[in-house]
Amino acid sequence: MRWPKSLICAVLAGGLTPVASTAEEIGDAIAGKAVFTQCKGCHEVGEGAENKSGPHLNGIFGRSAAGLEGFKYSKSLVRAGNSGLEWHADTLSAYIENPRAFASGTRMSFRGLKDPEDRANVIAYLRGFSDNPRDIPEADPTAKATDHSVDPNILAIQGDPEYGAYLSSECTTCHQIEGGDEGIPSIVYWPYEDFVVAMHAYKKKQRPHPVMQMVAGRLSNDEIAALAAFFNKPN
Amino acid sequence: MTFNRRTFLGTAGVLATGLAAPMVLAQGKPRVVVVGGGAGGATAARYIAKDSKGEIDVTLIEPSRTYYTCFFSNLYLGGFQELSDIAHSYGTLAADYGINVVHDWAVGVDRGAKTVSLAGGGSVPYDKLILSPGIDFVDGAVDGWDISAQNKMPHAYKAGSQTELLKAQISAMPEGGTFAMVAPPNPFRCPPGPYERVSMVAHVLKVNNPTAKIIVADPKPKFSKMSLFQEGWANHYEGMVDWIGEDFGGGNVSVNPDAMTVTIDGEETQVDVCNVIPAMKAGRIAEMAGVTEGNWAPVNAADMSSKADPDIYVLGDASQQGDMPKSGFSANSQAKVCANAVRGALTGSKVFPAKFSNTCWSLIDTDDGVKVGATYEATPEKIAKVDGFISQTGESADLRKATYEESLGWYAGITSDMFG
Repeated sequence: MRWPKSLICAVLAGGLTPVASTAEEIGDAIAGKAVFTQCKGCHEVGEGAENKSGPHLNGIFGRSAAGLEGFKYSKSLVRAGNSGLEWHADTLSAYIENPRAFASGTRMSFRGLKDPEDRANVIAYLRGFSDNPRDIPEADPTAKATDHSVDPNILAIQGDPEYGAYLSSECTTCHQIEGGDEGIPSIVYWPYEDFVVAMHAYKKKQRPHPVMQMVAGRLSNDEIAALAAFFNKPN
Repeated sequence: MTFNRRTFLGTAGVLATGLAAPMVLAQGKPRVVVVGGGAGGATAARYIAKDSKGEIDVTLIEPSRTYYTCFFSNLYLGGFQELSDIAHSYGTLAADYGINVVHDWAVGVDRGAKTVSLAGGGSVPYDKLILSPGIDFVDGAVDGWDISAQNKMPHAYKAGSQTELLKAQISAMPEGGTFAMVAPPNPFRCPPGPYERVSMVAHVLKVNNPTAKIIVADPKPKFSKMSLFQEGWANHYEGMVDWIGEDFGGGNVSVNPDAMTVTIDGEETQVDVCNVIPAMKAGRIAEMAGVTEGNWAPVNAADMSSKADPDIYVLGDASQQGDMPKSGFSANSQAKVCANAVRGALTGSKVFPAKFSNTCWSLIDTDDGVKVGATYEATPEKIAKVDGFISQTGESADLRKATYEESLGWYAGITSDMFG
């Protein structure tokens, strides 16, 4: 049994969200494989995938736009990456719906996938080729505003990264700051909101892990926000 | 003594110090000296160096060039880890963090002059001194045993050559032979440690020497994770482990290292291996610094400062702090609170409130891991427990395997937190 899977099961079973609607939102990876045939002319994914006329798509989740070294992107995508665009379920979906509407100068000559279900499915398929830390339950691509019960006022708290850096030392006894994830998942570069949602789920004992329930159990809302701010940009 | 670049620089610094007037040095960067490069000391040195970004001069005094973690040394005995897996060097702390690593013994502390003297000669000045010396053994704690007997009856409670010796002795046991352990009284380093060790020895014997026996003489009526270990011993090693607790005279023990006998409550037994884990006390430098009361060094919970001297801090096993068990995890946790406080005191950086935590994983057999843990807070009196958990008996094999895998992840995490 691998960690992340067990957590996914537990979270689904734990009442964070109705199972059926989550499954629908995440998309069907098997159906997505069929959708991906439309992309295969330019993109490879999976073991040994290389850049072709489009970049390979391994590890796409959480990657900056134009973030793959060694591939020549359009200036338009490089600019988008420099201004902070990252590939997550929502940004990928928007991009593949109509690439030129999203990034006008892109070299991706693809008319777009108009059917939201097709997009969700192909994103779910690509999702299988991205590693930790992106495969944490609330992270891409399951992260949806409706997936949790955390008060928007709590999510809106701006965390103090300096305090987060101090608090993080309690985390780094187990979670490696360099991002190693054997036996214990990586938590660096987690999306801010996902981090907050996950910690509150532990705090409310909706997530099952006893160490994490204990550690999160005594974190205040401000402390969770501080940690989320720090781990979002740990350097 | 061979000189590498770091020890040479360290020693050169020390020699210069001996000649210069202390006031000259006091005008330079603030100096932190850390004694002991284990889970407490290495972590404290690293965090102070890292977070002060060069504003604080950090010296780490640790005699070993290669440090073997005591945690996971039982897994080496059980064949789950190689010795090299638990070996660490201080190269990264020196090279990447600018810590002056001095491989020498600290043999004295002059609290008036604020210097630490070294066995190799010279002394190192400090503004703040952090002592994290681990444990030493109480003289005469086990009748018939002293440190000169450690080659015949190893303690293997400081990892390295002692652990190798014990492993070799277990391998050399005759068919159907007897392994004896003399367990320590509370408080001691790593409360589940002796019992995880029993499990690991049983694991090896079950494969190589299944008719062998294990006897444990224990001065305590109960021990950490007792029901979990006893369940595991019954399930995996039925009939092999005989634990003799306080009620059956387990505390009334003497040993004869020359004759290889153990006498428990008047009954003498010939044994093939005898692992004597004596009663413990703070590493001796704490006593030499005059910060101990009895066997341990009392500290203030808020920052781990010694109750005897505000410029000395004591971390980990050596400290007497309240409710935290003596563990590598605890020492690492305390080190971060201390590092934050020391940095604040020396540079005016923000000091955040103390938070402590601990988790101890133990391996009972292949893929059968268990854990216990708690969180703690600083009160005016002590470090006080807030909340805790423990693995349950009868857990699924999947959960136990996940717990074991988690312990491997923790080992990778804490050792990179210590050594960079």
